[in-house]
Amino acid sequence: MQKIMVCIKRVVDYNVRIRVKPDGSGVMLDGVKMSVNPFDEIALEEALRIKERGSNIEVVAVSIGVADTQQQLRTALAMGADRAILVQTDVAVEPLTAAQTFLALAKKENPDLIFLGKQAIDDDANQTGQMLAAIWDRPQATYASKIEISAGKASVTREVDAGLETIEVDLPAVVTVDLRLNEPRYVKLPDIMKAKKKPLEVTSLDALGISTGVLLKTLKTEPPPQRQKGAMVKDVAELVDVLKKKGLI
Amino acid sequence: MHKVLIIGEHDGKALNPATAKCVTCATNIPDAEITVALLGADTSSVASQAAAITGVKSVLRVDRPENMHPLAAIFAPQAAALAADYTHVFGPSTSFGKDLMPRIAALLGVTQVSDLMAVEAPYRFRRPIYAGNAIVTVEADPTRKLIATVRVASFQAAPGGGQATVDSKTLNVSLPSHTRYVGAKSGSTDRPDLQTAARVVSGGRALGSAENFKLLFGLADKLGAAVGASRAAVDAGYAPNEMQVGQTGKIISPEMYIAIGISGAIQHLTGIKDARTIVAINKDGEAPIFEVADVGLVGDLFQIVPELERLLG
Ligand SMILES: Cc1cc2nc3c(=O)[nH]c(=O)nc-3n(C[C@H](O)[C@H](O)[C@H](O)COP(=O)(O)OP(=O)(O)OC[C@H]3O[C@@H](n4cnc5c(N)ncnc54)[C@H](O)[C@@H]3O)c2cc1C
Ligand SMILES: Nc1ncnc2c1ncn2[C@@H]1O[C@H](COP(=O)(O)O)[C@@H](O)[C@H]1O
Repeated sequence: MQKIMVCIKRVVDYNVRIRVKPDGSGVMLDGVKMSVNPFDEIALEEALRIKERGSNIEVVAVSIGVADTQQQLRTALAMGADRAILVQTDVAVEPLTAAQTFLALAKKENPDLIFLGKQAIDDDANQTGQMLAAIWDRPQATYASKIEISAGKASVTREVDAGLETIEVDLPAVVTVDLRLNEPRYVKLPDIMKAKKKPLEVTSLDALGISTGVLLKTLKTEPPPQRQKGAMVKDVAELVDVLKKKGLI
Repeated sequence: MHKVLIIGEHDGKALNPATAKCVTCATNIPDAEITVALLGADTSSVASQAAAITGVKSVLRVDRPENMHPLAAIFAPQAAALAADYTHVFGPSTSFGKDLMPRIAALLGVTQVSDLMAVEAPYRFRRPIYAGNAIVTVEADPTRKLIATVRVASFQAAPGGGQATVDSKTLNVSLPSHTRYVGAKSGSTDRPDLQTAARVVSGGRALGSAENFKLLFGLADKLGAAVGASRAAVDAGYAPNEMQVGQTGKIISPEMYIAIGISGAIQHLTGIKDARTIVAINKDGEAPIFEVADVGLVGDLFQIVPELERLLG
């Protein structure tokens, strides 16, 4: 195995409390902290661990996003990725377009594995990896919580509703990762300095021959219905009483 | 007229209730004609279960040995071939549907609407983003096929009593050999299924150990409830992964959800927004879970849970 490509999305940090714009045109993003999608950090960590176990594996971090996405790719380089590619665009690409873009990169890079997060925590689409695997005509192993690589194959344990499932896929393959796969490392200051010298290539959707049609129009954005804060009870007896009155027990 | 194809979920013996919830969702599309497709090694018994769902017009069986296990790489090309005759293709937003449906959409060159929670028009839907902290209304191109996963917590299962026709279909689709099923491990219990249970007792990091977590099983059994857990409890190994409730676990809509020693992080609340009644037990009166709880009790769970179990008789 020689190369792992990892897809890194820039998203609103998971600690930020999202607010919907009063006019319903979207969510407020001005001045909000942006980070690497948490699942993508796990995907990168796994690629780095495979690299550290093996020899001569190159880890390439790729992203599609605005110019500032370079920050998240620098974080990826500081974690240990060897180089990065930013497909710069000001439009938010849909999962199918993202998958087509990653396919174009895969055709150039010929990775043995492509790692993605299982979902981006902004659109919560949970689609891109599966779509990429489909149009690349390669296997997909989604929601990975354990990955074992052996000659030309990967054995992947997946988190599914019923528990855990293991599948075996031939390489090259697409793997999307779940939260329990690993715990990503913290970046240290010297690594951040080193990352500044690592190559970060900027290209465009045009250069890759990707057109961005809007397949799904967003008409409006609303806050979810709020639950009302209910009553506090003072002890277990009162709790049982209230539940009985509500007909719940 | 709209023709909706629902990809049924089953294990060869039982049809997953998520399928009947997809049917309810599909009946919200005006003049929809609903077909359920079942892929499997032998779907005879699940086909009769699907045929009994009210609102289903026909059931299509696609039986072949390769369909023994629900591998997306195997199912997707077959489902994409079936999709030719339909305007909409729906699957449940379970791990089965989330894995499979985007692969079908990409083979058809169309987009997918994930976690559809309401139908406003045949091509206009509502869905959550940002872990449910915003709801968007989206509109898809009516000249293309619409692929969607249905957020099962948003719909009641369609009732039984229907009488759909059942047909077998042979598809001339070549299947890849690059993906192979190895095995599964599931903590089978006799407790109700977390995703469909009317009552759920759920524990968090506060339980402190796998041993202590068992405290909740007694309470759950008294209530006939399923058991859930926060991510912190699962990560710490107190509970298995299939019990996780939340953004990255299960999204559930029970009549009653009892959160015990769970702080109420946004990602956890995402999973319980549709619960009818939320009960919270936490020693910290400031815990965010109390902001959404219908009934709250501040105190030490290690005292409260045994007492509650006792008072329930
Ligand atoms: C991308 C992402 C996805 C995530 N997905 C999920 C998800 O799907 N589900 C999920 O649950 N989390 C998820 N999380 C994690 C989430 O942010 C929280 O970390 C997690 O929910 C905390 O679990 P907890 O409430 O059990 O633990 P804590 O936050 O540590 O809360 C423990 C609570 O127990 C109380 N307590 C302690 N001792 C006692 C006692 N003796 N009696 C009574 N109360 C006591 C404390 O007051 C505290 O409120 C996700 C995080 C990220 C970044
Ligand atoms: N614009 C993007 N840039 C980089 N990676 C992306 C992008 N969009 C999606 N991905 C990858 O695809 C995964 C799933 O995203 P989604 O299908 O949008 O939920 C993410 O975790 C990323 O790994």
